[in-house]
Amino acid sequence: MTSKVSGIAASDGIAQAKAYLLIEPDLTVEKTSVTDTDVEKKRLSKAIDESKEQLAKIRAIAAESLGEEEAQVFDAHTMVLSDPDLIDQTHAVIDNEKVNADFAFKQVTDTFIAMFEGMEDNAYMQERAADIRDVRKRVLARLLNVTLPSPATIEEEVIIIAEDLTPSDTAQLNKKYVKAFVTNIGGRTSHSAIMARSLEIPAIVGTKNITELVTEEDYLIVDGIEGEVFINPSEQDTAAFNKKAEEFSQLKQEWDRLKDEPSVTKDGKHVELAANIGTPKDLEGVNSNGGEAVGLYRTEFLYMDSSELPSEDDQYEAYKKVLEGMGERPVVVRTMDIGGDKELPYLELPKEMNPFLGYRAIRVSLDQDGIFRTQLRALLRASVHGTLRIMFPMIATLPEFREAKAILEEEKAKLIEEGTAVSDSIQVGIMIEIPAAAVLADQFAKEVDFFSIGTNDLIQYTMAADRMNERVSYLYQPYNPSILRLIKGVIDAAHNEGKWAGMCGEMAGDQIAVPLLVGLGLDEFSMSATSILKTRSLLKTLDSNKMKELSAKALSECSTSEEVVDLVNQYLA
Amino acid sequence: MEKRDYSVTAETGIHARPATLLVQTASKYNSDITLEYKGKSVNLKSIMGVMSLGVGKGADVSITAEGADEAEAIEGIEQTIKNEGMAE
Repeated sequence: MTSKVSGIAASDGIAQAKAYLLIEPDLTVEKTSVTDTDVEKKRLSKAIDESKEQLAKIRAIAAESLGEEEAQVFDAHTMVLSDPDLIDQTHAVIDNEKVNADFAFKQVTDTFIAMFEGMEDNAYMQERAADIRDVRKRVLARLLNVTLPSPATIEEEVIIIAEDLTPSDTAQLNKKYVKAFVTNIGGRTSHSAIMARSLEIPAIVGTKNITELVTEEDYLIVDGIEGEVFINPSEQDTAAFNKKAEEFSQLKQEWDRLKDEPSVTKDGKHVELAANIGTPKDLEGVNSNGGEAVGLYRTEFLYMDSSELPSEDDQYEAYKKVLEGMGERPVVVRTMDIGGDKELPYLELPKEMNPFLGYRAIRVSLDQDGIFRTQLRALLRASVHGTLRIMFPMIATLPEFREAKAILEEEKAKLIEEGTAVSDSIQVGIMIEIPAAAVLADQFAKEVDFFSIGTNDLIQYTMAADRMNERVSYLYQPYNPSILRLIKGVIDAAHNEGKWAGMCGEMAGDQIAVPLLVGLGLDEFSMSATSILKTRSLLKTLDSNKMKELSAKALSECSTSEEVVDLVNQYLA
Repeated sequence: MEKRDYSVTAETGIHARPATLLVQTASKYNSDITLEYKGKSVNLKSIMGVMSLGVGKGADVSITAEGADEAEAIEGIEQTIKNEGMAE
C-alpha cells in the first residue's frame, strides 16, 4: 500500500530511492551484576576490536568520498579506542564492582569526558570530549547489539530520513549517493533545507513523524515541488512521477538557457539577481546558475567549521578566493553573525533565555572588537581583489552602525599606514532585520551605502514568532501587508538618498513575493543560487508598471496575507 | 630504568599532533613508559592520559622507561621529540 506524507517543500526536484534512516538507536545502558567478569572483559575487547575494524572501513571510504582531511577525525577515534588507560580502567571497574562491560565502559568514558570538558584549554579539549563520545557510541552499539548509522559508508543511492540534519551529519554524508532529504522538523530556512538547495537535491522538512513511518526496507518517491513523500509507491504512482520528473527536468533545461541572459522584466527593467553563499566552494553554483553578484556571503561558516577563531590570513584567503572568483561582479560580505542559533564552542557565549533577542552578530562584534577587527582587516586586505561590499548584521540603532564603521575606518587607516593596499571604493551597508532599523530607514539611509533586507529574521521579529517553533510557524507570513509596508519603507528610504536596496532572505526568490518586490522597486534580489534561473524566467513574464500597480493595491487594500496571495495570483493569471 | 628531562618548546605544548606522535612512538615498545609533569605521572601510551596533563609550552617534564627495551625506547622517544622540535 502506498502511503503519502506531507511536509514543507524546502528544495525543488523529484527523486526516488531507498530510505536510509539516519537515526541514533537507543544506547541506554543498564547496570547488571555479573559473576564471571572474564566474560565481560572478553565482550569488551570483542566490541572494541569490531569497532576498530568498522572505523578502518569508514576511514577508507571517507578518505575517498570526502577527502583525507575529513577522514582524519577517524584516526583520532581509533587512537582513543587503543588507549590502554581506557581499557585498564574499564577492566578495573568490571573486576571491582562485578558489573557488566556496558556499564563499566559508560562509567569510565563519562569520567574522561567530564575531565576533558572541564579543562581550561577549551576548544581543543571539547573536541577530544566529542571524540570520546563518538567512540563510545560505536562500542556501546556493539555491546548492546544495535546498529549505528554510518552515513560516511553509504554506497548506494538513498533518501536520507532524519529527525533533523546537523552540519556535522551533512559533513559525513557521501553526497554522491544522497538523492533527497526528508526530516521531521525544520523549515525552509533550516540547515537541512539550505544544504539541500546548495546540493540541488529535493528536500522536504517539517513532516513531524517521517522517522516513525519509514523503515530501511521502504522505497520512496520525494516530490520536493509539492512537499510530498510517497512510501512504497504503486506502479501508477511511479509512472506519474516519472512524467513529472521529466517535465521538471525540461523546465530546468529551459531555465538553464537563461544562464547568460540579463535579468530583465518584460518591459526591459533590469534588477540584479544575486546568490547567497556560505563558503568559497559555493561559487561554482553561483556561476553555473548565472548569478550576477553575491548578495550575501555568510562568513560565520569560517568560524563554525573551525575549532578555534580563524586567523586573519585564513580569512583573507577565503575572502580573496570569493572576490577573485566573482571578478568584477560585486560581493556583499556580512560580518560575523554568531549567536542566536549559531553557537561556537570556543567562544563560550553564555546560554540565554532568548538567544535570538540576545547577544549575537554585531552585538558580539562591538563587544569583543578584537575578533571584529581581525575580520575587518582580512576583508580590507582582500578588497583589492574584486568589488567588495561590507554589511553589518543585526543593526538596531544608528550609533551601532557608526561605531562599527568607525572601527572599520580605523583598521583601514592602520593598514594604509603599514603600506598595505586597500580598495577605496568599498560600499558599507547594513542588514535590515530588526524592525527598529526598518522603521528608521530614512535616517539610516543618509549614512549607509546600501540596505539588504534579511527577511527571515525581519519576519520573525516583526511577528514576534520564533521561526524554529512549529507551533507558531503559521505566523511566518512574508506576504503579510505589515511586512510589505516595512519593506516598502526601506526601499523608498534608500532611493530617496540615492542608495540601493536589496534583499537576502528566502523571500527574494519566492515566486509570489518577486512580483510584489519588483513593484516596490527592489534593486537586488539575493537567493539560493539554484533559485536564480527560475526567478529570471519569472521576471521575463512581469511588466514592471503593472507590478507597481499590483504592489500599490496590495499595500492599500489588502489586510491579510491570504488577500495578498490572491491578488498576486490574479495579476499573474 | 632510563629517565630523561625535557623543557617543552612546541607552541601547542604536548597536545594534538605532538601528543599523538609521542603516544604512537611509545606504543612501539614493550617497556612501561611514563610521562611526569607537576608530580603527576601518566602512561605515555595513553593518549587520554597524556592530554589530561595539559602540558603547555615551557613546561618541565620527565619521561621514564622501564623494561627489557628501555634503552631503545628512551632513544626512540628522544628522536621523535627532536625531529618534531617539541622539547629540548
